[in-house]
Amino acid sequence: MREDILFASGHTACAGCGQAIAARLVIESAGPNTIIANNTGCLEVFSTKYPESSWGVPWIHSLFENAAAVASGIESALQYLGKKNIQVIAQAGDGGTADIGLQALSGMWERGHNILSICYDNEAYMNTGIQRSSLTPLDSETTTTPVGEKSFGNPTLKKPVAEIALAHGIPYVATASVGFPQDLQKKIKKALSIRGPKYIQIHVPCPLGWRHEPNLTYRIARLAVETGLYPLIEYENGVLSSARKISVVAVEEYLKLQARFKHLLNNEEEIKKIQEIANNNIKRYSLS
Amino acid sequence: MFGPIFSKPLSSKNNKTGSWRMGKRPKFLQTNCIACRMCILICPEGCIEGEDKNTYHCDYDYCKGCGNCVEICPRQDIVMIEDK
Ligand SMILES: Cc1ncc(C[n+]2csc(CCOP(=O)(O)OP(=O)(O)O)c2C)c(N)n1
Ligand SMILES: [Mg+2]
Repeated sequence: MREDILFASGHTACAGCGQAIAARLVIESAGPNTIIANNTGCLEVFSTKYPESSWGVPWIHSLFENAAAVASGIESALQYLGKKNIQVIAQAGDGGTADIGLQALSGMWERGHNILSICYDNEAYMNTGIQRSSLTPLDSETTTTPVGEKSFGNPTLKKPVAEIALAHGIPYVATASVGFPQDLQKKIKKALSIRGPKYIQIHVPCPLGWRHEPNLTYRIARLAVETGLYPLIEYENGVLSSARKISVVAVEEYLKLQARFKHLLNNEEEIKKIQEIANNNIKRYSLS
Repeated sequence: MFGPIFSKPLSSKNNKTGSWRMGKRPKFLQTNCIACRMCILICPEGCIEGEDKNTYHCDYDYCKGCGNCVEICPRQDIVMIEDK
């Protein structure tokens, strides 16, 4: 067997889980000299079914909202002990990052801890049954944004968490996707080579919550990027340093593979709104 | 629970998730493989390995049969077959 394994098989994620792909790529890129603090969520649950663990590095879970605070304590303790070569990662889902954990995260960024924060963005609270989060996209059906006569699903846009991170003046902010695994690995390595707080938000399809076939995780993740709905960008010291060029695919191609959007298929008006979001991204980051 | 609980590193290997497969499994044809490693990168289970061209394979003890390796292979060198 391979000897570089830091995230073992036997975890209990659903078949085709995007978050499982990303979590393994993150820790393999970070390497063994890493300590992880993990918020509550699918990843925490499926990687540590007691008494088992998938992790090959020290890994700690405390609460849904506080991985950033726990990681801050770990990093401070390492500094006090003079241990300079140990990296710290604080990781969470989109709910743990953009909603309940945002306060602890903001404190960690503001105090300038040398920590990489990762958001595994599957665009809802998946672990508790697909409730909407502030990173759920427009018109997505979740159990708390049901579709009906007067509702097209989630009425709000994704919270601009990358921009909130940037507003803290942190040195590295990026988005990534399991549709582009090598780009993801490169960004993790680059982030960890920079001192100070770093934030990477990774788009991770969820076959159960997005209601798509498990084998489509990769294709759907790519389409999110290629449509312009999930731009892959990088900011270094507050300046946009890269934006991945795309082939510009119509948003329907992305939406039609996922039953969370199936109510939109003959609704030109709503699809236009989503195309508009993609168009704005394409313009703003010069994606095409 | 009042206090920390600990688990052994990598102990999830005890849990043979291959039994989750729903009738299909990937077959690594090992004929047109260019050793690009994309299947290794995309596997949610981390249960694919291989080095040189046409040596890639997966561990059916853990493979849940999701089929993303089939989707990502640029040479169509992995296919889904009936699981017997
Ligand atoms: C204080 C608190 N509130 C609610 C919960 C229940 N809870 C556990 S995980 C979770 C959702 C996690 O969503 P997200 O952070 O997006 O991660 P995902 O499961 O989608 O990967 C919730 C609401 C909790 N554990 N603690
Ligand atoms: Mg989530």
